[in-house]
Amino acid sequence: MDLTAISPALLVASLMVAATPLLLAAIGELVVERAGVLNLGVEGMMITGAICGFAISVETGSPYIGLIAAALGGAALSLLFALLTQFALANQVASGLALTLFGLGFSALIGQGYVGLKPPSMGRLSIPGLSDLPFFGRVLFGHDPVLYFGLALTLATWIFLRFTRAGLVLRAVGENHDAAHALGYKVVRIRILAILFGGACAGLGGAYISLVRVPQWTEGMTAGIGWIALALVVFASWKPGGLLLGAYLFGGLTVLQLNLQAAGVAIPVEYLAMSPYLITIVVLVFLSSRRSLTPGSLGRIFHASN
Amino acid sequence: MKLTRRMLMAASAAAIGLATGATAQDKTKVGFVYVGPVGDGGWTYEHDQGRLAVEEEFGDAVETVYVESVPEGPDAERVMTQMALQGADLIFTTSFGYMDQTINVAAKFPDVKFEHATGYKRADNVSTYSARFYEGRAIQGHIAGNMTESNIIGYIGSYPIPEVIRGINSAYIHAKKVNPDVEFKIIWAYTWFDPAKEADAAKALIEQGADVILQHTDSTAPQAAAQEAGNVITFGQASDMSEYAPMPRVSSIIDNWAPYYVARTKAVIDGTWESVDTWDGISTGMVGIGEITDAVPAEVKAEALAMKEAIAAGEYHPFTGPLKKQDGSDWLAEGEVADDGTLLGMNFFVEGLTGEIPQ
Amino acid sequence: MLRLEKRAQPDRRLALASPVLAVLATIVAGGLLFAFLGKNPFIAIGTIFWEPLFGEFAFYYRPQLLVKGAPLILIAIGLSLGFRAGIWNIGAEGQYIMGALFGAGAGLAFYPAESPLIFPLMIVAGAFGGFLWAMIPAILKVRFGTNEILVSLMLVYVAEQFLASMSLGLLKNPEGFGFPGSRNLQQYASAHNAEIIAGTGMHWGVVFAFIAVIFAYALLNRHMLGFHIRLTGEAPRAARFAGVNPPRLILFCLGTSGALAGLAGMFEASGPAGVVSIDFNVGYGFTAIIVAFLGRLHPIGILLAGFLMALTYIGGEIAQSNLGLPAAAIQVFQGMLLFFLLAADLLTNFRIRRAVPEAA
Repeated sequence: MDLTAISPALLVASLMVAATPLLLAAIGELVVERAGVLNLGVEGMMITGAICGFAISVETGSPYIGLIAAALGGAALSLLFALLTQFALANQVASGLALTLFGLGFSALIGQGYVGLKPPSMGRLSIPGLSDLPFFGRVLFGHDPVLYFGLALTLATWIFLRFTRAGLVLRAVGENHDAAHALGYKVVRIRILAILFGGACAGLGGAYISLVRVPQWTEGMTAGIGWIALALVVFASWKPGGLLLGAYLFGGLTVLQLNLQAAGVAIPVEYLAMSPYLITIVVLVFLSSRRSLTPGSLGRIFHASN
Repeated sequence: MKLTRRMLMAASAAAIGLATGATAQDKTKVGFVYVGPVGDGGWTYEHDQGRLAVEEEFGDAVETVYVESVPEGPDAERVMTQMALQGADLIFTTSFGYMDQTINVAAKFPDVKFEHATGYKRADNVSTYSARFYEGRAIQGHIAGNMTESNIIGYIGSYPIPEVIRGINSAYIHAKKVNPDVEFKIIWAYTWFDPAKEADAAKALIEQGADVILQHTDSTAPQAAAQEAGNVITFGQASDMSEYAPMPRVSSIIDNWAPYYVARTKAVIDGTWESVDTWDGISTGMVGIGEITDAVPAEVKAEALAMKEAIAAGEYHPFTGPLKKQDGSDWLAEGEVADDGTLLGMNFFVEGLTGEIPQ
Repeated sequence: MLRLEKRAQPDRRLALASPVLAVLATIVAGGLLFAFLGKNPFIAIGTIFWEPLFGEFAFYYRPQLLVKGAPLILIAIGLSLGFRAGIWNIGAEGQYIMGALFGAGAGLAFYPAESPLIFPLMIVAGAFGGFLWAMIPAILKVRFGTNEILVSLMLVYVAEQFLASMSLGLLKNPEGFGFPGSRNLQQYASAHNAEIIAGTGMHWGVVFAFIAVIFAYALLNRHMLGFHIRLTGEAPRAARFAGVNPPRLILFCLGTSGALAGLAGMFEASGPAGVVSIDFNVGYGFTAIIVAFLGRLHPIGILLAGFLMALTYIGGEIAQSNLGLPAAAIQVFQGMLLFFLLAADLLTNFRIRRAVPEAA
């Protein structure tokens, strides 16, 4: 056992990378749930984003165009969910599951021609002077652009929900859609926009895996990260700040677990792997005893004549 | 009730007879049951390459069929039965978890030949086959031990099962031979395939000083992580992964099932098929060693190739004594060679490896 | 402009017709997909739907429909009770795993002793395992008002890790050359959930699935508790006045669905699968949610939906091996089936009217 082999700076830097796809997908789902919609299809939208991003960046040679395509792909799939739940008034749980099933199959179909290819590289940010600082240089100034985008998006979402009128309206829709409707807000329109945002974010998160973190395309490569993102939203009690903390904690657990193993510490891997979910349940219980942090209309179907 | 049952069975027997009878006259039909998608770029991908080689070799004389992503359980049994019913003459079941199902289905179709990969149960119409990947690991260990400058070699294992433990031991023994200071850091990923996790594992190992990464998981994620880190070398696993050559990938272990699949199909066509237990390595080409790139010094490359020749010729066995187990107890005496039984059930590390095998 | 108007009562004729419409729409869309992939759509659709039922080897596939459909039906029946009352257990996959672990564990504890009591004991243990796992979200909901959707979902992942730990550790077959997975229960007579009549696919899990359908039908139509379940789902406020005890209803619905999912897991582990290993669960718990909706939460509907779903799996495999269709295409096909079905719900619950301009 040699714990000194673990470098804190590198550990933090890697956990930031591991946390980024989670953060991106979860921030989208957070907005969706704040609008009162539960979309369980995150995994399906992520994997769709992963293949759209990969395929387009291979074809165009530009990772940035690929990322845009990933966001569009994720949003397109979420539009299906929006149609089902907002117009056809279908059950959200079932629609979300269908989305995941469909997304996994669909991405595998498109991806058949892209196995074994290498995508164009994104490159890291490098600021002369800053990136060479001890510890902070690597942790704060040595990442790829998407990672910073994820952080900025989290901050922007926090500002949007907390300080803007549009954010207030979105929260009102999520809290009580009947009251919001009575006040004259367009419940359905707002929710569709939120769902599309969620899809785009999930798509980006997926593309981050296939373009930056891994980078390659293989069927089913998101391997359950979308489901962890769902847990993360709950863990964060629907707050962007908590989301950031949670993403680093969830991502950090995986990275730390692998680092401990490499350092020769015998750890019960399975029990460590289940801990994020157990922690989430504990947080849920804690939240529900304090009441009303959960969006009031979460998962309920809205129709104007109700 | 008994009567209807017998009639039902008679009907099915007739149908089976009809099916096999019909195909005997024309094409030989070969079925493949895959545990993953053919696009996994690793395990299943290589089995599918074997299938394509069979088609290439025999052309119109054979017809191949496959079903991918078949879960290990009743679904596998149904897929095998379905292939047998539809006239398959030979069925390859390509995952350890298909073992009992293969035996069950084979008992119902005595005229159909079955080939089960990596298992240990056989029958009159069931053969088993597997590859001695540890032979390739010995060559990897030799190169790795020579190449490492930090003397730390990272190893990404999937599950703590004999197959993987064998590979770790073999690589370690040969790395240690050329570099007594070498140390192995082992991460169990608890998955055969999870690119994101494999990438994280590779990064963790690199960050802890490893400058060689060996992997027993199937994706190229560790290769990409090594490339990004620079100055780290890797070896292709299952597939050649040559898109990462010459650096970081300096060589590879390739699962090459094609010669075996072609030979077994030929045996069925010729009517010479018999139930056998095949555990082949470098000598028959089942374990392929991918091109050793110029990133490896010439004399190391020459030694590695010499070891490959010696193993292929049967002159050298990677597990040759004197060897001790991790706890210091004797395993193999001077010159003694490990028997296949011990290797198949290997559940211990050799002396010098640190860490425990998780239970 | 078109406008939706909620029907006072779901239209019963449309409720029956809409799944049929959804299946037809899927056939058309799926046919287009298969044609796009370069396969003959008529042959592909025929292979999926016709071959298993009436093809040359239907004598083998028909029993397999029972084997594949039974766990789906058993789980979906349990889930539908809760869904009707607005109680969302989406963690049946976890309860299925726990049932298998408890059931197989109870049997293997006695290995190699033979006794006719072992199998019944395993049934009880399996049901208990699933029940226990479902009681976690149930009690948390009753005691703290915690959202059961999220808790039950989280517990699926906990159960999966637990399964990995057990198959690499406690339940690992000591004679299995170190490979992860338990002993094969098919080779342990007292614990084997064998076919009751050989060649029919009829094992005890199938029997229990049929019993569950009848039980659920009687409960919903003939029993006070069933009336309370329906009332709670349709008019929660009225239910309070009718004397429904919500906590008891939550415990009952989650507990029953958990026990049934546990039973399904146990029957699968001791019968068709034979072993519990790391990859034992193949998504029955999630597919059953789809089956429950496909069957419109009605016991008879679920029975039919379970077999329809099983048909697409079995037919899909045949299409793969006969026509070379990729597995992903079958997955997309199943996804479309669900989309169309969910969309068709609209017709039953709402009436589409042309909106009359208000000022006119």
